Amino acid sequence: MKLMTLLLGAGATLALAPAAMAERGADGHVNVIYSQAPSILNAYLSSGTKDIEAASLVIEPLIRYDETGAMLPWLVEEVPTVENGGVSEDLTTITYKIKPGLKWSDGTDFTAEDVVFTAEYCMHPEGGCAQLAKFEGVDSVTAPDPLTVVVTFVGPKPFPYGPFSGGQSPIIQKAQFADCLGARAPECTDANFMPIGTGGFKVDEFRPNDVITLSANPEYRDAAKPAFATMTFKGGGDAAAAARSVLETGEFDYAWNTQLAPEVLEEMLKGGKGTLVNAFGTLVERIEINMTDPSPNLPEGERSTAMHPHPIFSDIRVRTAMSKAIDRQLLSDIGYGEAGRPTCNLVPAPAMFASTDNTGCIPQDMEGAKALLDEAGWTDTDGDGIRDKDGMKFSIVYQTSVNAVRQDFQAIIKQWWEELGVEVQLKSVDGSVFFGGDPGSPDTFQKFYADVEMYANNFDGTDPESYLAMYTCDKAPKPETQWQGENINRFCDPAYDALVAELGKTGELEKRGEIARKLNDMLTKESMVIIPLVDRGRLSAHANTLGGVVLNTWDSELWNAADWYRIK
Amino acid sequence: MLTYTLRRLLIAIPTLLFISLIIFLLLDLAPGDPMAQMPLTVPPEVKQKMREALGLGEPIHIRYALWLKQFFIIEPMHILDAMFGTNLGGDAQRIISWQTRSPVADIIAQRVPQTLWVVGLAYVVGVAIALPIGIISAYKQYSWFDQIGTFISMIGFSVPTFFTGVVLIIIFAVNLQWFPSIYDTTHKVTGWDSFVFQLRQMAMPVMVLALYNASQISRFMRASMLDNLRQDYVRTARAKGLRERVVVLTHVLRNSMIPVVTVIALGVPTIFGGAIITEQVFKVNGLGQLLITAIHANDLPMVQTLTFIFAILIVLFNLVADILYGILDPRIRYD
Repeated sequence: MKLMTLLLGAGATLALAPAAMAERGADGHVNVIYSQAPSILNAYLSSGTKDIEAASLVIEPLIRYDETGAMLPWLVEEVPTVENGGVSEDLTTITYKIKPGLKWSDGTDFTAEDVVFTAEYCMHPEGGCAQLAKFEGVDSVTAPDPLTVVVTFVGPKPFPYGPFSGGQSPIIQKAQFADCLGARAPECTDANFMPIGTGGFKVDEFRPNDVITLSANPEYRDAAKPAFATMTFKGGGDAAAAARSVLETGEFDYAWNTQLAPEVLEEMLKGGKGTLVNAFGTLVERIEINMTDPSPNLPEGERSTAMHPHPIFSDIRVRTAMSKAIDRQLLSDIGYGEAGRPTCNLVPAPAMFASTDNTGCIPQDMEGAKALLDEAGWTDTDGDGIRDKDGMKFSIVYQTSVNAVRQDFQAIIKQWWEELGVEVQLKSVDGSVFFGGDPGSPDTFQKFYADVEMYANNFDGTDPESYLAMYTCDKAPKPETQWQGENINRFCDPAYDALVAELGKTGELEKRGEIARKLNDMLTKESMVIIPLVDRGRLSAHANTLGGVVLNTWDSELWNAADWYRIK
Repeated sequence: MLTYTLRRLLIAIPTLLFISLIIFLLLDLAPGDPMAQMPLTVPPEVKQKMREALGLGEPIHIRYALWLKQFFIIEPMHILDAMFGTNLGGDAQRIISWQTRSPVADIIAQRVPQTLWVVGLAYVVGVAIALPIGIISAYKQYSWFDQIGTFISMIGFSVPTFFTGVVLIIIFAVNLQWFPSIYDTTHKVTGWDSFVFQLRQMAMPVMVLALYNASQISRFMRASMLDNLRQDYVRTARAKGLRERVVVLTHVLRNSMIPVVTVIALGVPTIFGGAIITEQVFKVNGLGQLLITAIHANDLPMVQTLTFIFAILIVLFNLVADILYGILDPRIRYD
């Protein structure tokens, strides 16, 4: 199956071949607009999507992911696996063979030393590298010869492709960044703004938070590419203006993330100058249920900790009822239109890891939900319209970050839950505070001083191991860990932890898929600790005259910009 | 006058220091985190390391002292270096933006031309339109010209620029396709064609801002003219047999300009402040857009530096307005 996906990926790249007939730079100029302006072109100093994607035009990883999530050997001869001997039997080393003859845009040779240096740069303890997680478990990176890179891990690494794969982990040039290690990283403004790369384009001018001027890389490995001689990469404004400039006025050829209200986009499409492309990745908008008691009556330090289980949500029947009351299709249509689809999965893709039979939550079942609550003992005894049990009212706080779609969702879901007889208080927190992780603030999503909260999350690349491993008992945020930790729900199930440990030891892809699907089900349909709502896709726009666009959610959206061409 | 100016400048120093402290404390104590924009896939330990790399681990008074030193000593040296090719600044740590990891001053210098071109020109155009409108409106009070002028300035005053901006884009960029909807900041004027392009891309933002500025200033001009037209000296001038043109444009206008000049001078710092909304709507990416993106990203060094530069300009132009007042009106003497 893996070979199959690889072949498919290769086929997809071949399908773009028409552009290869052209000569480099024959198609003139292309305009790209991002509604968020890039601040820096060094993916190791920023994890902002805008920065990483802009940088991906210039600097490239060893392995890229294609639009199906399959790995493509990008700067290497082949993707190392256990079968082809690239990954050692004990899963502790991976050996990359670099394509011979690769050159940086300044004409010097691309060697294994550059790859080794990239690892050294990111793993420097004082560097504050944004992609450090990609290098987790790396013991050493060595270059036995100029075209061979060996990454050794401290222990068995079933998924060894973390370093040097995808847009987040590109190779930077040793000669350019040699003096920029550790605390000196921010001093290298020129290198951070104009990295030398192997990609289709090179930076001519970088204006932070404004515009980037690029031109075709004269040393690019395919002599016929890129078809465009120059590129203007404009940033700033808003999604609506970006979409308008492609779909209505035709000033730009490609607009990133044109996520707008479906009716607004429909109106813009009447301009007839461009089309929308969408693709789905792993981003899931979900409601997370607090398994611990967030009551303000508890002393500080005990609120929302494992010391006090949640008085209402500890019962799975209640959690299931909350999920049943939601009409996900409606939410998806209202909030995301073409760029959303209802889901019951935490891991909605790639196909190998997605639990396909988990669709039971899609139809709304208000009566079923009410029956479940009755069965759980939550009934309206005093006739005030709100269910209660043992003198306690079914009253919850539902928080999320400030965002137009999220506030719509809050209002709609509140209505459904109130129909069940649940009192719902809404709370919305500014995103910079909510996701800020300040242990002193009561409003962070980690602290979770609410009963349920809604946000979206996804995982990098195609392997969900670290994503699923977030929900082990020890990862619950608590005062002792300064409220850091990814297990937001404080979900704790020894069977789950054991299965995660097993996933960490399993190298076979088939088996990994099986375990990941089981873990996904344990968090969703079997426990309803997480209520997935909408699988959020990516929606971008491109001009009708721009060819070769393949929207990819597994890597940078601009992953194949070197293959773009002008349709004449 | 000179001693007055010097005295005012000296008083400005503690004022500015106080302002800088307030700005620093306000921004620092406000909730928010420069790492908040990062995707959730970045683990908290990595975020913590990044915060430390930004210097957030230091106590607040040390960071304030460092910022003062950087702003008042190191950055001016670098400006001198850039102007005269010297090397006074050396390797000293400059004020570094958290978003771009590059010196704040360089980015500001890069942004100033756009802002001065668009916002500054809009101010000049606004003043140029406002003065005649104000004069004629006052001279022919309650005439149809005055009524229309009042109506237009009410619209300019009350309709927000984010609305007029988008309306103009839809009319002139989407439907008529006369002007580009997105400002090209890399455009260089090299000849006639590129100059025309520059005019076309500046037309809409300048129109929007000029309308806003003109409506404000024309109201001041009109009110001030009306005050003066009723004065005794105007009647005397007319009685002397002076021509109406001389009466209005020499006698009345000069006296009416005194408060208007103050208003215009006090408005100049807002040019540098940029027009946050208009710049955002037309993607001019000047100082206003820089400030707003820095605020969104919690880029404190950038926000502190920009707001403090605005504070300096406001203090400075207050002084300029006072001095102009004294020059225009010989009755006012500060010494």
